Amino acid sequence: MTRMQAFITLAIVAAVTLALRAWPFLLFPGGKKTPPFLQYLGRVLPYAIMGMLVVYCLRGTSFSSAGGWIPALTASAFVVAAHKLRHNLLLSVLGGTAVYMLLIRLI
Amino acid sequence: MNKLKFNLRAAFPYTVPVLLGYIFLGIAFGVLLSHSGYSPAWALGMSCFIFTGSMQFVCVDLLCAPFSPVGAALMALMVNARHSFYALSMLDRYRGARFKPYLIFGLTDETYSVLCSTEPPEGADRDLFYFFVTALDQLYWITGSFIGAVAGNLLPFDAEGVDFVMTALFIVIFVNQWEDGGGRLPAVAGVGLTLLCLLIFGQDSFLIPSMLAILLALTALRRPLSNREGAEL
Repeated sequence: MTRMQAFITLAIVAAVTLALRAWPFLLFPGGKKTPPFLQYLGRVLPYAIMGMLVVYCLRGTSFSSAGGWIPALTASAFVVAAHKLRHNLLLSVLGGTAVYMLLIRLI
Repeated sequence: MNKLKFNLRAAFPYTVPVLLGYIFLGIAFGVLLSHSGYSPAWALGMSCFIFTGSMQFVCVDLLCAPFSPVGAALMALMVNARHSFYALSMLDRYRGARFKPYLIFGLTDETYSVLCSTEPPEGADRDLFYFFVTALDQLYWITGSFIGAVAGNLLPFDAEGVDFVMTALFIVIFVNQWEDGGGRLPAVAGVGLTLLCLLIFGQDSFLIPSMLAILLALTALRRPLSNREGAEL
């Protein structure tokens, strides 16, 4: 790929990405009232999306070998438990990541 | 000036998990891109002007494949379609906000996950808070990708697995949302339908069906969920 072709490829990706983020705002600009259905979606979507993102992050989990699921699922359980107990964002996130990084080296 | 500083300080703690994730993921991206023969300027430019974490990794593949504008557009469309979801659910929060074009441009997974679940802290200016969270996140990402592109190969640290930071961040936000009790049914639907689609469609193409299924389910649940407004929503 020439540098020009690379540049065009990236420009396309940038444009598509921005368009995906912007169209709802362009369709429903500030002056107009957001339709009730979209207000409703705005309230409930974050809950559903965060569930989707968690599954998305763990999509590579495989049960065909111990190393395919024990690190990710143990670390996830750690995050949930730590957060339930202490409600300390950094402790939960960093602790969970440490558990994960340790386990993928051990298993 | 004091106001800026105050709001920057208010925003910073919310971005710390993203700081860790973005620096390391950014480094990984920078290393990958420089291995493909692109100079650090390319990494810098991409992180400044595209700013789309996971899709930038896909871009490295695109840049190494034969030139295909349509393929690139389709790939970006599929990988990033979820960002339209974020935009839809931020319509009201960003209503009338200053810096709105930049906030929209910077609506990544991580920035969205921080902002969709957070009210600006006591005394903070909403617009500046949103702006600083977005801008700090992008700054981390740019810094990481630049470090990776310039010096990634020289770093002695074995960072494999550090990307779990993002998973952990999403889990924490999920737990927080679960405990606020405002949307347990949507939360269950999000996890359940995505799992189902993962099983049916496999890990390369389950995201779009998942989003459609979630949209359909939430549409169907609108009446029961809205009826319980106040108590449940």
